[in-house]
Parts: sequence; C-alpha cells; structure tokens
Amino acid sequence: MAKLARKVAMVGAGMSKFGNHFPLKRNPDLWIDAWLNAVKSVDHGIEPKDIDACYVGNYSSDLFNHQGHLGPQMANLVGLTPKPAPRFEGACASSGIALRQAVIAIAAGIHDVIAVSGVECMTELPTAGVTDVLATASDSLFEYPAGATFPGLYATLASAHFHKYGTTVEDLMRVGIKNHENGAENPYAQMQQSIKDMMESKRKRYEQQGREVPEWSDEFDFLKSSANPIIAYPLRLFDCSLITDGAACLFLASEEKAKDFTDTPIWITGTGQGSAALSLHDRDSLTSFIASREAAKQAYQMSGLSPKDIQICEVHDCFTIAEIVALEDLGFYERGKAVEAIKNGETKRDGVLPINTSGGLKSKGHPVGASGAAMPVETFKQMRGIAERNRQVKFDVERAMTHNLGGSGGTCVVTIYEK
Amino acid sequence: MSEVEKDFTIQNYLEFLQTKKLMGSKCKDCGTLYVPVRKLCTKCNNSNMEWAEMSGEGELVAFTSITVGTPYFIEKGYDRNKPYCFSIIKLKEGPMVSAQLVGVEENKPESINIGMPVKVKFLETEIKGETKTDLGFEPI
Repeated sequence: MAKLARKVAMVGAGMSKFGNHFPLKRNPDLWIDAWLNAVKSVDHGIEPKDIDACYVGNYSSDLFNHQGHLGPQMANLVGLTPKPAPRFEGACASSGIALRQAVIAIAAGIHDVIAVSGVECMTELPTAGVTDVLATASDSLFEYPAGATFPGLYATLASAHFHKYGTTVEDLMRVGIKNHENGAENPYAQMQQSIKDMMESKRKRYEQQGREVPEWSDEFDFLKSSANPIIAYPLRLFDCSLITDGAACLFLASEEKAKDFTDTPIWITGTGQGSAALSLHDRDSLTSFIASREAAKQAYQMSGLSPKDIQICEVHDCFTIAEIVALEDLGFYERGKAVEAIKNGETKRDGVLPINTSGGLKSKGHPVGASGAAMPVETFKQMRGIAERNRQVKFDVERAMTHNLGGSGGTCVVTIYEK
Repeated sequence: MSEVEKDFTIQNYLEFLQTKKLMGSKCKDCGTLYVPVRKLCTKCNNSNMEWAEMSGEGELVAFTSITVGTPYFIEKGYDRNKPYCFSIIKLKEGPMVSAQLVGVEENKPESINIGMPVKVKFLETEIKGETKTDLGFEPI
C-alpha cells in the first residue's frame, strides 16, 4: 500500500446537534447547522470560493425523505454549486466513503480543498418504516425472507461470539454503559444521559405517577429488567444505536492549501476500505468482519502505524456487540479478549485506549449516512484538546483512528489521523 | 425445460424452493458448491455449473429470537409475544444458508443450542390467496 501522493489535512470539522429533529429540521437544515459549525472551527476562516468540491455521504434520503440526488442540493445550500457535488452510498459507511474519496481526490491532485458532508434525516418515517429502510442494506433476496432485521443480524453475530468466546450479556452492557457516560458529556449527542441517570429519572417518573417504584440494585439489574425489552435475543433496546437526524461537515485540504486555513492541521495518513458478501451466511466468519480487517490492514500499511500506535478510536458501535468485534478486528485486542479489556476499564475515557469518547452511535446517535463524517469531528476535537464538557482525554492525542462499518459489515472504511 | 437445463438464476432457485427442493449449483471444474445458486464460480472463475440437490441436513451455527419483526413476519402473525427465530445453518454439504428456525422454544432462546443438528422444513405461507414456500429448518 503506497503512501498518499500528496499529504491531506483536515482543517475543520463540525456537526449539527444529533437528535429527533423532524419536522423542525430536515436534511437541508441539519446540513447547514453542520456547515456553520465546521466553518467556525477553521482557524483562519474558510469561504465557498476556497472549496473545489462538495462530497456528500447519505444512505437513503430516497426512502427516508422521498428525495434522491442529494449532492447538488446540499452543495447549493452552502454556495458550492456549480462545483462537483457527488453523493456516495455504502449504507452506514456512506460518509466514510465520501471522506475517503475526498482524501484520494486531493492526494491525486484533482482537487485542493473539499467539503465532506454526511447527512441523514430518519425520523420522517415511523420506527417500523425506518427498520424496513435499514433492512434494505442487508440481503433482501435471502436474509429478508428468513426474517432478518438489522438488530436481528447483529444478534445472530452476537450468538456466534457468545458461543465461541463465552461473551456474555453483561459484556454487551458494559459497552452501552461506557458510551452513555461519554455521551452525557457531549452537547451534540442525542442522549446526554448515563444509564444510571436514566435509571434514576425512570424511578422518579414512576414515583410521580404513583406506580410501584422498581428496586434495581445497579445498572446491570436495570438493563436486564423489562425496562430494557429484548429486540432480538440477546440484544435489548439499550444494545441498539438510536434513530437519529443529523449532519456533519469536514474540510480537507492539500498540504499547500492547509496553511491558509490553520497552523495546526490534522493529517490523514491512512485510509482503507473493505467489502464483504451482503449475506452473513456467505461470510468467512460470524465473529469478525472481513471488511473491517481489510480496511484496517490498508490504513495501517499506508500510515506505517500498527494497532499499538493508535491512542483513541471512534468505532462503529451500531450495536454493542459491534464495538467488541471492532476492537478485535482493528487489532487492538486478540480474538475474544476485548471484553476483558472493557471490563478492566481500558476503553473508558480515563483508560489506556479510550473508545467512542463522543458517546458513539449508541448515545451520540446514528443518522446512518452521516455517522462516518461525524466520527472525525470527535477525532478533530480530541486531537486539538477542545472536546466539550468533561470528555477531553487527559493525554495529548497524536494518533487516532475512525472505523465506519456499513450495513451488517458489507462495507468498512478505516481512517488514521496524525498531528 | 428439464431440471438440468435450467439456467443458474435466482428465479430458478426460488422456483425449486416452491417445489420443496433446496438446490445449489456445483462447479464442474473445481467442485465448489453454492447455495443459494450462483452462475459464476468465484473460486476458479469459471461458469461451468450443474444443479445439485441438498440433503437438507445441517447444523445450527448462529441464531436470534426476534421480538420486533419485519413487516413480512408481522404479516405471518409474529409479534412481541410470539417471537420467531432467524438462523444461519451450515449444510452437511458445506455452504451456509439463512433460514427461519422452527420447532424450538422461541420464547426461551437460552434453551436453543448452537451446534445442534437440524433438517430442512419447507414453510408454507398463504399470502393473498397464493401459497409461498420459504426455507426453514427444525431440530432433528
């Protein structure tokens, strides 16, 4: 894997508040919020005239909003038409792909500065409709007739991981508890509450309603109760990421142009993308994603780094089991060993390898096509030491990674960042 | 058209399924077996296939019991109180397939054992007056 032919810098990054925004905010509104926050983050300012193209990542505005052709629509709203405005789709990895293609275009010398957009407005549909749209990212010919839902596919993978490595529901719960603790510190997150906070507010509500107040001894007890219903065994509601409206914006620039925007660029030194059969039954493994392993291998080779060099990582925790598998696929832990590290607190904000300091898809939210662009927003903040509230890690972050998985693992994009 | 002359298309695979046959395609050059059917062998890059009927025996390798189902399964009558199992089965002949797992206690998923032997059960559903057959498996 060759190095990039030209160096590529991230010089700005911002996101909209993630949440349940429809109809008050739709794709154009969310995108402009993200754009304005990204513009604010550029030290020396940035204007449309400085930008050569707008790369838009979006999964399914066609089905969520009855709107295709999102590229030019988004570009026009921020003054970037008539410049190129392609749209990229790879399920939940859509804007990860947009980011990677922007890196490639700048490295190749085609463009000097690109605005990368990730945008998705999901709550225009009711939950059942959202579930059905998400299901189109799995194999509709052979998985759907067998009853597969998205949580169902990840639950199936979880059953295989449980069987092979002895992983337990408590292991899954630890991922959710940690990510909610992080999300509580992120003003842009959809659910800014720890599981403990949620437990307490539920108790209070029961009390006010004069109902019997449940006796949950701790978070695990709460998460195993009927307050956290099973969606697809062994996954419960709090093992699943959220249905979210949101957008993110990144500004990438060549080395020469980067100087115009900032004195402290974040360099993108590795990018990789992998693919796999859509159907789980056609994969080599049910406890690992080959697309993740492939994308990581390419990104590590390009950057010359190895797993031990990565200091923080945003991984694709669409379901709690996915974070566990990602930690193993990215080479941070041996197969079956990630759960022990999680139990020891290694992946917490004050641990040796903080994972999903943003709150992850679990707590920050998962506007599917926007997630790949929102992950580097957290990376940008953590590497600059400007993460809000109490979630800035306590060490200087020089090397970071994002891992963006599409569907049930059919696509994966891994990106490595250095100061 | 006789069975052996049928093209290796998804439609023909599904038509076999409607007649309660689980059919795959076998590469005449390298012997690799594909279920569901494929026309191109991605192992040796040839498209020299023949139809092969599966025995219908296999082993459960992964599963879930789904309480919040798809519209299709809701139409079949499943819901939170009546969950269904989605499973991945490794056929005796080698390939894996996705299928509904029946004949198990969907409400007690912890009682379902990965590794258990299963056999094919073709599941018929009446939709708008037409009978549709889907792939299912049950414990032996």
